[in-house]
Amino acid sequence: MVTENIDNRTPHNTSDAASHADHPTAGTYFKVAMALCILTALEVIAFEWFEWLSYGIIPVLGILSVIKFYLVIQFYMHLKFDHKLFSTLFLTGLFLAIGVTFALMALFRWFHVS
Amino acid sequence: MAETAVSNHEGDHQTSTGLNHRKMLMWVFLGSDCMFFATLIATYLVYKGKSLSGPMPIDVFSIPVTTVSTFVLLMSSMSMVLAYAALRKGSLKGYRAWMLSTVILGSTFLGFQTFEFYEFANHHVHIDCINPGELTDYEQGLFDKNCKDGVDYYDAQHGLTPKTNLFGTTFFVLTGLHGTHVTIGVIWLFSLFLYSFKKGGVTPERDLDTDLAALYWHFVDIVWIVIFAVVYLFGVFEGFPS
Repeated sequence: MVTENIDNRTPHNTSDAASHADHPTAGTYFKVAMALCILTALEVIAFEWFEWLSYGIIPVLGILSVIKFYLVIQFYMHLKFDHKLFSTLFLTGLFLAIGVTFALMALFRWFHVS
Repeated sequence: MAETAVSNHEGDHQTSTGLNHRKMLMWVFLGSDCMFFATLIATYLVYKGKSLSGPMPIDVFSIPVTTVSTFVLLMSSMSMVLAYAALRKGSLKGYRAWMLSTVILGSTFLGFQTFEFYEFANHHVHIDCINPGELTDYEQGLFDKNCKDGVDYYDAQHGLTPKTNLFGTTFFVLTGLHGTHVTIGVIWLFSLFLYSFKKGGVTPERDLDTDLAALYWHFVDIVWIVIFAVVYLFGVFEGFPS
């Protein structure tokens, strides 16, 4: 049965090749680069001019960074167009990493307000 | 030529998933590298503000300089993806041009980092004792200690190294290891650039070699996106209540 399942799989790299055909154009890559620059500029503007945000700067910088991160992995690293297994492998590591970060910070009472 | 460009990777063999094992291995590695950098970033955050002596981030960081180096790294990601796109279209000339520009931009980023490390290690404090102006906490401490009666100014070197304080240790380990990743990436990309001059070395059918290098390079870029926000901007934001 196992052999039958393997035999019925998509031929080698067919899905890979098909997804490659969907890769964005140079124009899209340029637009993503411009978006990344604008988002970086917004981060610096928020940092320089919005001191009144106080702790509100944390979600602002966090959201802007997440958008930049998303654009790079989706368009430049082609996760949007590649096989879902690649996304699963990477995101598993990423979410574990985020978990480790928050666990370590909680362990050292980083969120503790004295 | 375009049809050739989207063909399967040459020399691949049958796999149980139908996906290339080398590419899968690269994604697993990048996932594990996320955890590697997460521990370093978490360590930096845990020890943020815990240094017993200066200099502190606000004394040494130059956000305009780091913003420019961030821009350079983002542009290198764009040129990398354009090199890959050129290869898939079968344009070896375009591939070489974009690869070389990626190498130059990556090297420029390393130049910025070297400059930054040198500046930190040779950080100079100059305090006008008569008219001190706005001082950071660390400078205020030096002012109180050294600006006695009859002293016009205080001038001394207070460099930041990994041995200076907790900030120095966590900062240099984090950014130094990121710089090491960038260095490996630059060497890898330059090797591919040179290899493209060998007949049949880099072809649209064998685009996986470039694809893997590109994935690594973009990963270095996304790690820097996080470091720039968490270490630099968050590290010296002056809006937090004291």
